[in-house]
Amino acid sequence: MSLLEAVKVAATAIAANRLRSALTVLGVVIGVMSVVLLVAVGTGARNEVTAGVEELGSNLLIVVPGSFEFGQAPTLSKFTLDDVERIGRELGGRAAVSGNLASGETVRAGATSAFASVLGVTADFDEVVNRPVARGEFLTESDIATGRRVAILGASAAEGLFADTDPIAKTVTIAGLRFRVIGKVERLGPTLGVDRDAQVLVPITAAQRLFGTRRVDTIFVKAPDADDLDEVAAEVEAILGRRLDAEEFSVLTQEEILGVAGRILSVLTLVLAAIAGISLLVGGIGVSNIMLVSVQERTREIGLRKALGARTRDVTLQFLVEAVVLCGLGGLLGIGLGFALAAAAEAFTPLPAAVTTWSVALAFGTSLAVGVAFGVFPARRAGRLDPVVALRYE
Amino acid sequence: MSRQAAAPPTRAPAADAGAVPVVAVSDVTRTYQLGGTRVQALRGVSLAVEPGEFVAIAGPSGSGKSTLLHLLGALDRPTSGTVRFSGRDVAELSDAELAALRNREVGFVFQQFQLLARTSALANVALPLVYRGLARAQRARLAREALEAVGLAHRLDHRPAQLSGGEQQRVAIARALVTQPRLVLADEPTGNLDTATGADIIALLRRLNAERGVAVVVITHDREVAAVAPRRLRIRDGLIEPEPAP
Repeated sequence: MSLLEAVKVAATAIAANRLRSALTVLGVVIGVMSVVLLVAVGTGARNEVTAGVEELGSNLLIVVPGSFEFGQAPTLSKFTLDDVERIGRELGGRAAVSGNLASGETVRAGATSAFASVLGVTADFDEVVNRPVARGEFLTESDIATGRRVAILGASAAEGLFADTDPIAKTVTIAGLRFRVIGKVERLGPTLGVDRDAQVLVPITAAQRLFGTRRVDTIFVKAPDADDLDEVAAEVEAILGRRLDAEEFSVLTQEEILGVAGRILSVLTLVLAAIAGISLLVGGIGVSNIMLVSVQERTREIGLRKALGARTRDVTLQFLVEAVVLCGLGGLLGIGLGFALAAAAEAFTPLPAAVTTWSVALAFGTSLAVGVAFGVFPARRAGRLDPVVALRYE
Repeated sequence: MSRQAAAPPTRAPAADAGAVPVVAVSDVTRTYQLGGTRVQALRGVSLAVEPGEFVAIAGPSGSGKSTLLHLLGALDRPTSGTVRFSGRDVAELSDAELAALRNREVGFVFQQFQLLARTSALANVALPLVYRGLARAQRARLAREALEAVGLAHRLDHRPAQLSGGEQQRVAIARALVTQPRLVLADEPTGNLDTATGADIIALLRRLNAERGVAVVVITHDREVAAVAPRRLRIRDGLIEPEPAP
């Protein structure tokens, strides 16, 4: 019997038991769907992180507290404004430096209030991490020096607090203190899970007083050119190293952040794929089980086919192909569902999802392999049936 | 119990090569293991079926006639003794070669018809040709011809459930003949049919035997069926009773 013939016979047998066939492959469908969907979500997350990090620019250094490694607990920052100033002074005109301090706060404007990320920043912040001012102006050195209570609103923070009216020169209250709005940032969109438009920027000195700390969370250093980055990074490390231990801070480039984030997300994607793989395995056991029942039910058919000249190999092939076709159909259905759910996730949830070719190929290949692996046992059992005994089977 | 010496077949093969028996069993025994007890279904049977013969084998149930039919059809191997198809000893053939031999040389007709319920009469008849590796169009043509030969040209696309018992058995006969075998083995072919329909089926087998020269062995416990056969054998307790002199 040719392979094509076997596929046709399998299709007839599957079609003859539509409901049972459908229930049998449900496990495979769910397994393949999970592989496609979960890998898509993992890949989508990776894409978003990559895009977000790349948006920082290839010439940006980020100085964070502690050592930046996968599995490292966050560390409380030991940076102060003096560090920011020292780095700025020693690098001279070769780099723009900014520090920030963040805290989630309720911001009020009259009767309206909004929960916002309040960022204490230095005067170069708009230039270093790209916060173009749409209206009004950004913070000045004198605002920072005097800790003046002025605020720049992100686009959606401004909308939430003042709706359509112009927020410039209005007053907002942060943790009980009044700040005058002097500017509004252009709409930027979210990145790395941070809604930059919901931020409220204030002078870092005012923020330190507000939150009762002298801490600076993060220092940004923007080199004029990506080629200078390594040199600048070494200098920043040297400057901070004079005051802090090496493990108390990390100077990161975009590439290093991508490397660590990539490792985290690879592990995440693998874990998701493994979970999906387990459901495929369970699906395979279901297929094996039903194939055994099917062989039993069709014992007389097997006996007849053997009497008419089917070899052991022909019968084995017939049932093996049936299991593979069954699983292949399940695989196709699962891929379709995976695509649909990934598209739905993309459209209706903040989860990014990007279906990858390799996950589709892997899932389909695996479902066929499941068909072979779990079809072999029932198929061999069918092939080995004694025709005399099989023909008499009631 | 088995005799070691080979007994001569009940009908000696003719000297010329054209008359080598289609199948010849020689002093065969067949023993089954049934729930711990040994059952000796055949106790030393010798029989040769010549090309174009029509043989009826009668006997009570449990006499070993089905076992003999399985051996004649290369579905089974003897415990001792030899089975030869056109002179070839089945002991020398692998299972795959036996399957090919069944496909080429033997057609089976069963009491229960053994048709595949899901497929049409045409597909049922074409089934043995699948294992011969013929192309679909050729299989369909040969199957149509076989169905025409049994008078079912108008039932090609009917499912077994849409056919009467007699029609189903005709489909089964067409399936047995489609490969143009040298031997058709019918195991109680009238057992599930009423008397008149059964007589039609036997008449059909007789006609095909006469027209095509295919050897037919019918197993039956029905004396009327056996009566139409030119050569009649009785089997009892695993042994063939001596044939009356011609």
